[in-house]
Amino acid sequence: MGNVRIIARLDIKGPNLVKGIHLEGLRVLGKPEDFARFYYEHGADELFYQDVVASLYDRNSLHGIVTKTAERNFIPLTVGGGLRSISDIREVLRAGADKVAINTQAIKSPEFIREAARKFGASTIVVAIEVIKTNGQYLCYTENGREYSGVEAVSWAQRVEELGAGEILLTSVDREGTGKGFDLDLLSAVAKSVGIPVIAHGGLGSGAHAVQAIEAGASALAGASVFHYDYVAHSGDWESVDGAEGNVDFLKSGRAFGSIQAHSIAEIKQALRQAHIPCRP
Amino acid sequence: MKLIIVDYQLGNLFSVKQACQNLGFPGVLSCDPEALRGADAVILPGVGAFAEAMATLRKDGMDEALIEFVKSGKPFFGVCLGMQLLLTASVEFADAKGLDIVGGTIRRIPGEGRKVPQIGWNQIHAAGQDWSKTPLRHVKPGEYMYFVHSYYCAAQDPSVELCKTDYYGFEYCSALNKENVFATQFHPEKSGEAGLSIYRNWLEAI
Repeated sequence: MGNVRIIARLDIKGPNLVKGIHLEGLRVLGKPEDFARFYYEHGADELFYQDVVASLYDRNSLHGIVTKTAERNFIPLTVGGGLRSISDIREVLRAGADKVAINTQAIKSPEFIREAARKFGASTIVVAIEVIKTNGQYLCYTENGREYSGVEAVSWAQRVEELGAGEILLTSVDREGTGKGFDLDLLSAVAKSVGIPVIAHGGLGSGAHAVQAIEAGASALAGASVFHYDYVAHSGDWESVDGAEGNVDFLKSGRAFGSIQAHSIAEIKQALRQAHIPCRP
Repeated sequence: MKLIIVDYQLGNLFSVKQACQNLGFPGVLSCDPEALRGADAVILPGVGAFAEAMATLRKDGMDEALIEFVKSGKPFFGVCLGMQLLLTASVEFADAKGLDIVGGTIRRIPGEGRKVPQIGWNQIHAAGQDWSKTPLRHVKPGEYMYFVHSYYCAAQDPSVELCKTDYYGFEYCSALNKENVFATQFHPEKSGEAGLSIYRNWLEAI
């Protein structure tokens, strides 16, 4: 059989795990390595690290965190953010990543996808597509949802498949950080139009959302806030968090996390199994 | 004990090296045919494209050295692309010749409604050979392992098949075992504790 994957997505800024809403308003949640370990031990099928400001500031500083994570956690790790060249990809793979996610550079130079797939194998290359619904159209953005790219989501998805991408990480920026469920129309339109796996991202907030996304054609689901808040609820030592790269007042205040209900990976998988959708225990 | 992990400069060798090291067997990354001649055991890891990987191996003279090493009868472990490279030829991107250590071809997983590549966890089941004498001896049939691949190995001789896996109704060989050659299509180094037991068993038998 095929089995759907539950991916824990970690947005990283400097040394910290951060989380925002609609990819903006980042709050510091803690050390990515600690969250990654927790997810490894609690049934995550894959980890996804995104350097959220790499493209914006032209930097690529995730290598140390990638290495520390890959040393201890024996599940796949995908890394995205600011990868612009074949040598950027090679370096992050050598640091311990298994796959890389490309957005901005893919849109700037689509041939980059072809070159990367030929070099590293199609299944190493994930194209991240970040979508904002505008006047009824699904349009792709770069720079973490900041810049309109001029391309439409379904046609871009088909194009990246032709160019040799192994997988698509499809983010609804509108739903991202809200916990209100995936944009199922977007997901279904993209998943139907390509033969490669599509990872649904943006909006996971319950087991029902997970089931809906798989029924709409997703091969995998990525969740961030929903899992992070579950981990935060199990932890609580924030003294070590580095406040140099973001707002930690929120974390230290101990306030509730807004409207998002925390769920563990196990709870999401249980909901999938109840709907007869196979996934690894 | 000298363990060589073949480095063809393409994929992630980090996890393979780390898995061995955590189990007390530090391996050396190398693409030097001379180093291979002095090795007690060799792992051929794999992430990347078949044609590109073979071209790199050939350029360094590693293809001949690998064939020679396997003939020596010492333990050899191929992972993912490292399994596929053992076969006679592949059709990925361009027809390309493999090492031809195991007779057979690399074929594309049929689409027919399936998402290709297969990326994710899937179950491995016994395919004829008894697991108790192999590195899989602590793995339960039906255990989940992590797969990333668009192509699969179609071996000529079905008796080399050690595991089979079903991907939405398409069944293929997901591990093989032939004398001193052991190879998996899945990534044991990415398959949690069950995967690490495969490395442990293989390394401890060297």
